[in-house]
Amino acid sequence: SPQVVWSMLGNRQFCSYKMTTKTQNFCRNEYNLTGLCNRSSCPLANSQYATVREEKGRCYLYMKTIERAAFPRRLWERVLLSKNYEKALEEIDENLIYWPRFIRHKCKQRFTKITQYLIRIRKLTLKRQRKLVPLRRKIERRENRREEKALIAAQLDNAIEKELLERLKQDTYGDIYNFPIHAFDKALQQQDEESESESDAEREEDDEDEDVDKREFVEAEDSELSDFEDMDKLETSSEEEQEEEEEVEEKASHSKSKGKMPLKGPARRKRPHIEIEYEEETEPSTKTRAT
Amino acid sequence: AGEGSGPAPGDGTGPPAPERVLFPPTFSVSEIKNKQRRHFMFLRWKQQQRKEKLALKKKRRKEREALGDKAPPKAIPKTIENQRVYDETTVDPNDEEVAFDEATDEFAPYFNRQTVPKILITTSDRPRGRTVRFCEQLATVIPNSHVYYRRGLALKRIIPQCIARDFTDLIVINEDRKIPNGLVLSHLPDGPTAHFRMSSVRLRKEIKRKGKEPTEHVPEVILNNFTTRLGHSIGRMFAALFPHDPQFIGRQVATFHNQRDYIFFRFHRYIFKSEKKVGIQELGPRFTLKLRSLQKGTFDSKYGEYEWIHKRREMDTSRRKFHL
Repeated sequence: SPQVVWSMLGNRQFCSYKMTTKTQNFCRNEYNLTGLCNRSSCPLANSQYATVREEKGRCYLYMKTIERAAFPRRLWERVLLSKNYEKALEEIDENLIYWPRFIRHKCKQRFTKITQYLIRIRKLTLKRQRKLVPLRRKIERRENRREEKALIAAQLDNAIEKELLERLKQDTYGDIYNFPIHAFDKALQQQDEESESESDAEREEDDEDEDVDKREFVEAEDSELSDFEDMDKLETSSEEEQEEEEEVEEKASHSKSKGKMPLKGPARRKRPHIEIEYEEETEPSTKTRAT
Repeated sequence: AGEGSGPAPGDGTGPPAPERVLFPPTFSVSEIKNKQRRHFMFLRWKQQQRKEKLALKKKRRKEREALGDKAPPKAIPKTIENQRVYDETTVDPNDEEVAFDEATDEFAPYFNRQTVPKILITTSDRPRGRTVRFCEQLATVIPNSHVYYRRGLALKRIIPQCIARDFTDLIVINEDRKIPNGLVLSHLPDGPTAHFRMSSVRLRKEIKRKGKEPTEHVPEVILNNFTTRLGHSIGRMFAALFPHDPQFIGRQVATFHNQRDYIFFRFHRYIFKSEKKVGIQELGPRFTLKLRSLQKGTFDSKYGEYEWIHKRREMDTSRRKFHL
């Protein structure tokens, strides 16, 4: 009899469906109506019992009566409930007429909950599903290690600085910075000094023109060497350099009047033209002094 | 048995230096059954090897000094970059076919200056604080970009709207467990879509010695080490994010540096201290990307035509082989 069952399973002895937590006892039996372990909601300890369960989106009402207690196979009777919510409630009422109030009420509650979550499932499947891709620990670790090593090998700061200096040399910044122009001057003067020969003015001018036209190439090729040499020369003051220094200083005064950094584009742009004229004028004077 | 004139066995204080050790030629240390003895013999063998190596080094150094100027140049150490398996799709700068392809691919309008980049940055659903902040910072780095939150909208439906509003690129930052971990970069009018895995994201406040906020100037772009065809196309994708004419007044530079298939993004401000020296100061977020797949059309996970997918089994077999 159910009382005996309950006194055994519910309270004293072991029930395999029972799950205890700190505050509550749960029942894992699939036919349980409320999910809690109670005298009134234990499907084993009640000879007359009913539940609502859903299978593949359709809800069924399961009933157990005392007449079939001897036939476990036919114990639970199943009734398909209609898809219409109100009609299904009426069907529950119809089937559970004269049943205890508790079971009827709980069945309808459970049915309501089930329909609600079915609706939500249908709505969610219409939206985008998030696909969960499992991480693989070994691979993650390997990737992280390789990333660290790649970072060290990359030497980012150096690479960026090198690239920026490259761009500066190739004149992509135009006339914003004064450095290239200094290098250009020194390169030019270096070239002029080196071609110390008997050279006619025409040849000098030709050289100059070539230097002017291929300004970029000259600068790029000779810039490093000329820079180093010129740096040295700047410090040591020799006769030959004095003129260069003067010219450099004069030009430097133009640049330094505005401070070092990026400003005054048009002023800068005019400078090359001025330089050319300058050098043509002073050409004979340097030549005479050299000789 | 067959050890020769070694020190007495059972010497627990580590193997002393052997003077003359003779072994029968087929003997190997691993054949000794006794673990202690085996360990001992192995250590002694190791010591011997080290000694020989040191002696060799010394000899070589002496030779080098003796030769003085005529010494052969030092051997170049092998690095992974040196030993990289040659990729047949490496782009030659003078290659005509590549140049022709690039003139006719999806980025041609950008590189011909017909379009101005306009970028939409968005996230996956329900972004958490870190991702949100990262999106904002990314928007300051990339000029002409807008951040919109995706409240449950499907990508396939946003894309036509974006195209209608003249966006050229779409960036979607995927988030997992409150950190951004993926990036989908899609060039909009029917352009390629690249899917990256994003790691080591550092927001501006986490960067040490950082400078002030990035200004509104258009930054320069540096693309390093994109050698293969695939790398080239990815590089162009990145270049197409930024407007064509950088404002040098701003002195800002965005760098995409590829090293061993990892693309490092940095954003710096530079200043030329002299002709030979430049100082850089990092501002702006930084992150690393690793390419996972490149798709021909716009974002379409089911029916897209993949140009390149990272297949782990096939592509990760060799440590010296890189694809970008």
